Amino acid sequence: MKGLITMDDLTNEDILSILDDASRLLPVARGETYLPLLEGKILGNLFFEPSTRTRMSFETAMKRLGGDVVNLGDVKTSSVVKGETLFDTIQMVDGYTDIIAMRHPRQGAARYAQDAARVPILNGGDGAGHHPTQTMLDLFTILQSHGTLEGLTVVLAGDLRYGRTVHSLSHALVRFGCKLILSSPDLLRMPPEIIADLREHGADVIETEDLLGNINDADVVYMTRIQKERFADEDEYTKVAGAYKLHARDVANVKAEMIIMHPLPRVDEIHPSVDSTRHARYFEQAFNGVVARMALLCRLLNIEVPAEIHGGEA
Amino acid sequence: MADEHNMRRVTAIRNGTVIDHIPSGQSLKVLELLNIARDTSVPVSLVMNVPSKKMGSKDIVKVEDRELTQTELDRLALVAPDSSIAIIRAYTVAEKLEVNLGNEVRNVVQCTFSNCITQNLREPLAHRLRVTSTDPLTLRCHYCQRPQDLDELIHNLL
Repeated sequence: MKGLITMDDLTNEDILSILDDASRLLPVARGETYLPLLEGKILGNLFFEPSTRTRMSFETAMKRLGGDVVNLGDVKTSSVVKGETLFDTIQMVDGYTDIIAMRHPRQGAARYAQDAARVPILNGGDGAGHHPTQTMLDLFTILQSHGTLEGLTVVLAGDLRYGRTVHSLSHALVRFGCKLILSSPDLLRMPPEIIADLREHGADVIETEDLLGNINDADVVYMTRIQKERFADEDEYTKVAGAYKLHARDVANVKAEMIIMHPLPRVDEIHPSVDSTRHARYFEQAFNGVVARMALLCRLLNIEVPAEIHGGEA
Repeated sequence: MADEHNMRRVTAIRNGTVIDHIPSGQSLKVLELLNIARDTSVPVSLVMNVPSKKMGSKDIVKVEDRELTQTELDRLALVAPDSSIAIIRAYTVAEKLEVNLGNEVRNVVQCTFSNCITQNLREPLAHRLRVTSTDPLTLRCHYCQRPQDLDELIHNLL
């Protein structure tokens, strides 16, 4: 494996073994112990569009493991505004760093960068394409709660058309035999080519506009943000977005172990009343971004994570 | 007989390339694909919508004094994957060639997706479309992975 561009770059065995590394790295991610596995290594953070969690969690992951980070900084003040091609930017950063995490507004940018680079590329989002490092932390969160990734019923809800997190996640889940219920407004349905890919993998996929009617059977409900700018007028947005909101009263009859996830930031999709229910997992999920990315950085840099890591020890 | 008659609709060529069994109406696209449409130095004959036993009806293109290379001909797979090609020398068929698409179309056309990284033509890496199925022909961009609309793709020749 050179880089991680889409989930197809990982086998199911790779996924489980990286998640196993991640669980052992938890005390390091929490700052309870210091383990400088990546000392002397430099991560290049190339974020051509805004990012809070992904960029910060990559940076935290690298630093917790003793590595260092260089940032592209604000695109508006970098050579990108002078018309530099992605190819040239990558050539430069490739020479400065050992591994690159990138986000770019254009789809396919990460694959393009990987073809141009010597060092591994971690795709932190390419347009409405893929976001596989998010998928790894999502899978880690699911595994933590359910103890397995196999055969779960997962509702993916909200903007399934432009939401790259659900594109990568759906690919991974069907490979573990999960049943997918895709709940979205008609305008924001999962792209047909992705549905075709999922069905080619033999996936059980249901498309529906109904969210609340499907959550009682679910093991995981994965909410995403519906963006106002996707709609021609505000009334239409208000009407549609209202149907993709969860309130604590909506989860009264769900399975006891059902978990609610969200890649964050949320707007109104999950009411704060849900935060205190036993189902809310989105803040743990955000924290898991650090540990999942630590495990990925180690794997792509060919650094073995020790079989035993003791918390609280120096 | 029908095929022989069709071939005679246009005078036999002495040297050059004959592309037969082009789907009816696609010959103009074939000329585009082969960059022949803009090349005024060689005589080109076009036969359109003639009866064919194999295809019902078909187009034929004859290019004089030029032997198209296998790489040039492989571009035809986008519009005429089943075409048959003959290299003519001194009025006789010297070689028969077949279109071979392979598993990737490289630097022939640009991805049709408006937000693909390859839309910036200053980016220097090759335009690459993966062949995901040959019958029917389906292609996906190597970079953005979007499936390509073949009718639209023909307008994106590089």
